[in-house]
Order: sequence, then structure tokens, then C-alpha cells
Amino acid sequence: MHLMYFTEQPMSAYPEAEGRDFGATALMFSNRHFDPAAGSRLYNEYLDHYRLAENVGFDGIMLNEHHNAPFCMQAKCNVFASILAATTRRVKIVLLGNPLPLTDNPVRLAEELAMIDMVSGGRLVSGFVRGGGQEQLATGVNPAYNRERFEEAHDLIVRAWTQPGPFRWEGTHYQHRVVNPWAVPLQKPHPRVWIPGVLSKETIIWAAKKRYPYIALSTAIDATKKIWELYDQVANEAGYAGGPEYRGYLQRCHIAETEEKALENARQFMWMQGEFTGLAHPVWSTPSGYFSPSIRTQFVEYAVGRRSNPRGSSFEDQIKSQMIVAGTPKTVIPKLRRLLEETRPSIVGFWAADGFVSSADTRTCIRLLGEEVLPALREIGKELGLWSPFEANAPVSMNFPDSAAPAVERAASRQPVEVS
Amino acid sequence: MSTSTPDWTTETIPIAGVGMQLTRAGDGPPLLILHHDIGTLPRLPFYDELARRFTVLVPSHLGYDGSQRPEWMRNVRDLAAAHQWLLSELPITRAAQTVSIVGLGFGGWVAAEMATQAPRAFRKLVLVGAMGIKPDRAVIADQALVSYIDYVRMGFSDQAAFDRLFGADPETSRLEHWDLNREMSFRIAWKPYMYNASLPHLLGGVATPTLVVWGRDDRIVPLECGERYAKTLPRARLEIVEGAGHFVEMEKPSELAKLVTNFVSQGDA
Repeated sequence: MHLMYFTEQPMSAYPEAEGRDFGATALMFSNRHFDPAAGSRLYNEYLDHYRLAENVGFDGIMLNEHHNAPFCMQAKCNVFASILAATTRRVKIVLLGNPLPLTDNPVRLAEELAMIDMVSGGRLVSGFVRGGGQEQLATGVNPAYNRERFEEAHDLIVRAWTQPGPFRWEGTHYQHRVVNPWAVPLQKPHPRVWIPGVLSKETIIWAAKKRYPYIALSTAIDATKKIWELYDQVANEAGYAGGPEYRGYLQRCHIAETEEKALENARQFMWMQGEFTGLAHPVWSTPSGYFSPSIRTQFVEYAVGRRSNPRGSSFEDQIKSQMIVAGTPKTVIPKLRRLLEETRPSIVGFWAADGFVSSADTRTCIRLLGEEVLPALREIGKELGLWSPFEANAPVSMNFPDSAAPAVERAASRQPVEVS
Repeated sequence: MSTSTPDWTTETIPIAGVGMQLTRAGDGPPLLILHHDIGTLPRLPFYDELARRFTVLVPSHLGYDGSQRPEWMRNVRDLAAAHQWLLSELPITRAAQTVSIVGLGFGGWVAAEMATQAPRAFRKLVLVGAMGIKPDRAVIADQALVSYIDYVRMGFSDQAAFDRLFGADPETSRLEHWDLNREMSFRIAWKPYMYNASLPHLLGGVATPTLVVWGRDDRIVPLECGERYAKTLPRARLEIVEGAGHFVEMEKPSELAKLVTNFVSQGDA
């Protein structure tokens, strides 16, 4: 199994009432409510949590990014990835991921990722995402071409990583006279690419065709099973068998010394579930052309307030469906066993806390996960045969079927930078 | 002027690899009407009134109002060229200096682009609340930030007019229709939003006599854009319609039809 630590990097230090009065805490909720002093403190707390996660035994640290919203302070996952590349020594740095459509220069992105891969000694997993609906607006990128840009930027980046330059790129959205970045990744043929997602069938199908692991982001168990049915079907058609090494799952999971404390803190997952519920703005989160045409009716109704967010559900429902798991290690392990037995992922991210959960409680959660939960899960993983892409030596992609695990060319003998 | 209801027919004409829907009625000189970014209702009193004097041609912009999407189309000049193509397909519009164009809002931008592409081709030009020029003092209202209903309501001075046309709470099928049109507008006019920075530099070459019409209460395209069109086009004047917003043809159909008829008919034998 590959077990990762994750936080959305919530920015809870803003006046809540202002958010409620404005009616949305996204896109146009003014950044005058952002407090850089609190931001400085929080960024450093999050770095501290990441280092603790490595120390207590996590295999990976999962990073993401969002824009113009307090639910996630991380505006560029490559920045934190760069810091972690130099300040950790063992964990995989798993980016889930860079929002490709938002970039106007995929070659620059390919260079940045290559640098992170080299600095970390080949520990990069480079996931890619489409970016949320409102982020198309936040960055001025056309939502109607979101998927076109995603696919083209991906193709260009992988080519920049794997084909010696110089070459020319004349695409629909990207044109480059010269593609010849000096920096290329340490891992060969290229760093692993994992694709996270919530809802869009198109993304699941695309990932399965590429033979990239798909990471289901906190879907309910039944919905997750449907994802794997689709993934496995596409995999079969593509000529390989799906299975645990292609399956990832992000689990909201808060652990405390007592049940009461865990449940109380877990409620903070409702603080703001990203743009997906709560104070999301129905128009900004679903710009025309961004969502799947197959669910146009649902989204236009959502946009004018005729139906609740097709992606949302209540805290109680999420506890019941295990979209949120909370408790002590003793009560949480059986629930996680159920997740593993029923959906058979080999990659599991633990989204440990959100909202106003204190740094001390977050640290307790990380410690209990590392000391008690992860060892138990590794045993269950062995019992169930949940081998991660690294353990299974799965090919990096359809294009490199014989690649097995990416070889680190020359694993640099290096020490992490000490940070006090 | 006849008061009978015109007989409207719709056909699909192959243009640039897709089908362009064309609705037409009446006889007399050809009058091309280019619709808004929100599309158009299939029938409007404004169209009926004009069809009593003109051969009224109401094409759907490619990709709008349920017509086939031209996947390749990426800007408004492409759309203008597609309408030029349409005019060269129809026997009644082939000859130069025969067609007049009425461009409504977004369609006004398309009409202005057509006029710069063919500065001597058209008989008369009427631009109503036309997009296409960047305002200096305000911005063109951005539909990306508001709901389908709020955007269309913004275009009416009198909300009762909206209610009469679309119902106080429009049906979901109407919203889906607006969403498809909005997506198409994003595909071709996302950035810069609803203007072409080079257009004002090219308007000076347009020889076509032009009437610029603006609703006094247009909250979508600022009146200053109308003033700019009237000033930049060599043979243009500005008419302001009181009590109308952006959708002048839906709020003040008779008044606008009269303005169009008088202006387009001027100089007729």
C-alpha cells in the first residue's frame, strides 16, 4: 500500500460572518479578509505537519492547489513540493495535482516538475487535474476548452520529459517554436502520473486509457465501486487488467484520543468542503462548458438554486457512508478495513483535518495514524493483496508498457536541508 | 403596410462544414438580422413587423440555438465570415449593396466585423446595443459571473417584459438553451470578453450608412460604446430609445422596427 498524508491547507483565520454575509467564500469573496500574519503562521504549521507525517511513517505527502478561496491556502503546489523536496528525505511527493488548463506554458511546468524530481532524488509523483470551475474564472482561462487544454498540456509535458529536444509543438492551444528544456526528470521514463477526480466520467476513462492510477476524492463507497467498474472496463478494452495498483482513494479521516473529540473535530470537514458545498457559488463553480454535457440539466438547475449541489451531502450522511471517518484508532481501523475490502485501493490518502482543528489536534491525529493505523492497514493490505504501483512495479503508462517502476538514474547521495 | 402575420419558414444551409439554420419571411429588400449572445426566440413581434416590408433573414449564429457546433470556430470574426458565406449562398443577397443588416447586441458586433471585412458590401447597417468595442469608463456586463436568469433580466429595463417573454421563472429547458449559447459565446468571445481591440481602428473604413441604436437603460453594454460607434463610423448617427434596456427589440419592438424601417428605406425610389 501507499499511504499518504493530506491537508487542504485551510485558511480558517478569516471572519466567518463576512463570508456568510457575502453568501460565498470563493472567487470574489474579497481577499481583504486574508490575514498574512495568520497565513505565515499556518503555512509553517502545515510544513511542520508534513515533516511529522514523514517521521511517523507515511509513504507520501499529497499536495494540491486552489485559487481565490479560503478552503485552500495553497496557490501553487509546486512551491510546497519544492520545499518538501529539500526538507524531507523519504516520502513521495504526490502532486494531485497541477491544474493543467490553467497554464499557458506547459513547458515551464515540465521544467519545474523535473527540478522537483531531481531535488527530491526521484520522489515526485506528478498528478494532473482540470482545476475547479471557479478557478477557470480566477485565472481567466476559458472553461469551454478546459478538457482540450488539459489533454494537450499533458501530451506536451510528457513529450518534453521523454523525447530529447529540440522539437517544435504546434497544437490547438499551445504553440512552441522550441521545446528543449535543459532540466529533465530524474525518474525514467518519467515520474508517475496519477489522476484524481470526483465525478467526471470523462476523466476516469481518460486515466484508464492512459493506464494512470485514478484517485477517487472522498466519494461514497458505492460511487467508488462504480468508478472502478468503469475504470476496469476501459482497462480491459485497452488490453490490461485494472486492479489495486490503479486505484487510489482520498479518505477524510480524523483520529483523536477519544470518540467524542474525534467526532467534534471531524465536523470541521463540513467547515467548507472545497467548492463542493456550503459557501460555494453555484454560478462561479460551474461555468458553462466546464462540466460534463451529460449532467447539463443538473448543473443549470443548481446554478439557479433549483437543486442542491449534485456533489454535496450532509455530515451525518457522510459519516454513514464513510466519506468521513472519525474515531480512535480502535474504531477507525475496522471502518478502513471495510473501505479496503469493498473498493480495493492500494493508494490511500488521509485527509486528516480541516477548518478550525488546532495544530495540536492535527499533530495528535497524524501521530495516531502513523503509530497505530498505518501499521494495521499495511497488514490488511498484505492480506488483501493491495500492492501499490511501486510494490507491483506497474508500468508508468500505456505508452511505456515495459517500463515497470521508473528507475532513478542516479539516486543522489544527499541529505535534506535542516529546517529548525 | 400589410397587417397579416408573415409566413415563417426555416431551412438549414451548409456553411463551413456545419448547418446554419435560417428562418425567413416576407418579401421586399433583404434584411439580415443577427441575434444576441443569448440566442433568439424563434418568433418575435419585431421580426413580424419588419417582415411586412422586407425579406427578413434570421440565421442562427453557428453553434447557437441548437444548431450544430463548429468545433473549429474560435473568434467572432470567424462567425462574421460565416455570415458572409451565407449571404453568398442566397440568390437574394448575392449582389453587393442589396442587403441591410440589423445587429442586436452581440449580433451587432458580428455585423460591425462584417462591415469592416466588406466596407462597401452592404446597403445599410443598424447596430443595436452592439458589443465589440471596449468601453473606457465601464465594462461590458460579464455573464460568466451571473446566472442565466440574472443576465437576461439585466438586459431589460422593464422586468415585466422579461416575464411576458420567458415567464417569471423560466423553465429548465430554457436555461439549458441559454447555457448552450453561453458556452458557445465563451468559445468565441471569452478573452478579451466581448470586444475586439482592433475593431475601432477598422471602423473608419466602413462606407455603409449606419444607424446606431441604444436603449437608454442598457446595463449590459454601456452607452459610451454606442457613442464611440457613432463617432468612429464615418456615416453614422446615434438614436437612443427611452424605456429600453439592452434587448430593445424585445422591449420596444414597434419603436425599433419603425427606426429600422425608416432608416433602411431612406433613399428608396
